[in-house]
Amino acid sequence: MTHEQAEQIKHNPKYQELVSKRSKFAWTLTIIMLVVYYAFILFIAFSPETLGESMSGGITTIGIPIGIAIIIFAFAMTGIYVKRANGEFDDLLREVKKDLEKEMK
Amino acid sequence: MIGKVLSLLTLATAALFAAGDMAGGTKADELNVPAVVMFFIFVAATLGITYWAAKRTKSAKDFYTAGGGITGVQNGTAIAGDYMSAASFLGITGMVYLKGYDGLIFSIGFLVGWPIILFMLSEQLRNLGKYTFADVTAYRLKQKPVRILSALGSISVVILYLIAQMVGSGKLIEILFGLDYEFAVILVGALMVLYVAFGGMLATTWVQIIKAVLLLAGTTFMSIMVMAKFGFSFEELFTAATKVHPLGDAIMTPGGLVSDPISAISLGIALMFGTAGLPHILMRFFTVADAKEARKSVFVATGLIGYFYVLTFIMGFGAIVLVLGAEGNIYWDTATNTLKGMNNMAAVWLAHAVGGDYFLGFISAVAFATILAVVSGLTLAGASAISHDLYANAFSTGNVDEKKEIRVSKIATIGIGIAAIIFGIAFEKQNIAFVVALAFTIAASANFPVLFMSIYWKKLTTRGAVLGGYVGLISALVLVILGPVVWTEILGNGAAIVPYKFPAVFSVPLAFLAIWFFSITDKSEDAQRCIDEFDAQDVRCQTGIGSEGAVAH
Repeated sequence: MTHEQAEQIKHNPKYQELVSKRSKFAWTLTIIMLVVYYAFILFIAFSPETLGESMSGGITTIGIPIGIAIIIFAFAMTGIYVKRANGEFDDLLREVKKDLEKEMK
Repeated sequence: MIGKVLSLLTLATAALFAAGDMAGGTKADELNVPAVVMFFIFVAATLGITYWAAKRTKSAKDFYTAGGGITGVQNGTAIAGDYMSAASFLGITGMVYLKGYDGLIFSIGFLVGWPIILFMLSEQLRNLGKYTFADVTAYRLKQKPVRILSALGSISVVILYLIAQMVGSGKLIEILFGLDYEFAVILVGALMVLYVAFGGMLATTWVQIIKAVLLLAGTTFMSIMVMAKFGFSFEELFTAATKVHPLGDAIMTPGGLVSDPISAISLGIALMFGTAGLPHILMRFFTVADAKEARKSVFVATGLIGYFYVLTFIMGFGAIVLVLGAEGNIYWDTATNTLKGMNNMAAVWLAHAVGGDYFLGFISAVAFATILAVVSGLTLAGASAISHDLYANAFSTGNVDEKKEIRVSKIATIGIGIAAIIFGIAFEKQNIAFVVALAFTIAASANFPVLFMSIYWKKLTTRGAVLGGYVGLISALVLVILGPVVWTEILGNGAAIVPYKFPAVFSVPLAFLAIWFFSITDKSEDAQRCIDEFDAQDVRCQTGIGSEGAVAH
């Protein structure tokens, strides 16, 4: 890809929309995941007894459902991203490519 | 060529059968016949695949990326196969067995890197790269220094990770076949060299897929059997476990493994960003056709891996009750006062406790298949770093003949095999999950920062990437060597100079800081060129226009 072609694509409004939407979405999800995980880590670091509290009086501690929930959460996050990226974002990308082909002619 | 492959494969199979006979001859009472039979079926099937793949592996693209024709679901399963290593299966189950809740901390850390890889790296890698992640880091930077750095990072991680797998395999085969530990390690080394050298990425991928399916089926069955014994009630399982375990109720709370805040945070950083710097994992994104398939791969992989980790937790607690608390202490070695074959065997003995001899055989064969699949992926990544990054792009001037490049990668495969065998024997006594954590620290400190900045930071220069990468790599290595695992446990030098097992909390920020500092102070011509070329790279990264397409088989 030459500099001119790159410039041309960068000025396409649909490309700009795609990039800004997708990066915003990706960064938001990344930050959510980091917050969830490091909140968990900080509990382990500074207050392990919180996770060791009993759930409903039995031997099972609340740390166990929380741990399992983080695993399920991580999977759900990948599902949310893939659904939007493979749908909405890829459609936008296809339009960008169509525009480019038109301009090349 | 094909004739040569065939005769070699036949020879190897013959050697394997001879080895089995030898074990039967000397320690017949310990030989596990169903395990041996299933193991040979697996080896025969995978060698068959290797033969099939060898016929289809002609170009460098075939060798490194299976021609780019793997689907998202296949690739996701293969990634899961790569990631559900012996360290995960035997090591984490063993850790839950030993420490309870703390095992779950490792599982979660190993998993949460995946969403980050998906959001930040997977499609970017697919759009920018070709065979190795160094293709991405060297995209707009100066080839030679950046390739050498990335290759060194890859090789360090590969060797450490291989050690963990070799130790697991040696222990397992020692118990299963009654073979010497050293012989078992050599056997694994020889098989992985065969898969990789002849079958390349195509054979490696299918070995990983088959193994992932077998492992998930086996662990699902084991977990159901465990839960069935406790009326599918976690409360009853946990109650029984706390009664048997010497730590009692403490196994339900975090605390045993990560005792201070800095270690906990550091472990978190190492596990999360380490995943995003593992060369054999990053390499898998080049085997699919486009960014869409790359994303699907991560979705499938995260689901399978997450499910598997929940199972390891159930199995670990199951092992506490049914292995540690087994009637007559049948799994206990009174001479050493440990579990027979040490803590990493908890999962294997649990298989016997819930499914008898035949199921023990099945799980042993699966665990062995697991090791073979993972070491093959690692070896391929290490060999690619040597042949593609070092030989073809860093040290050869002008165009390299593709045939020559493939030959170099085959020689490198053999070299890595030999190194893995030597290190596997030297590291026999280590807990394998810890050794993996060390590999993760280096991946997080050396590979991830350079890769991430090369994709996202316009002002990155060659000097910044190279100096920053070395700061990460060297600080991680030095801190690990001065830390409790190497300094105290392996070298026996007494109290560690650095009191933390996982120094990622220091080495990762240090690497980023160095990359930033040495980039912004770089006023050279090359620096300006790197900055100027960012826009073209970014457009390709965002759209995939100009990236390598798939080749149909």
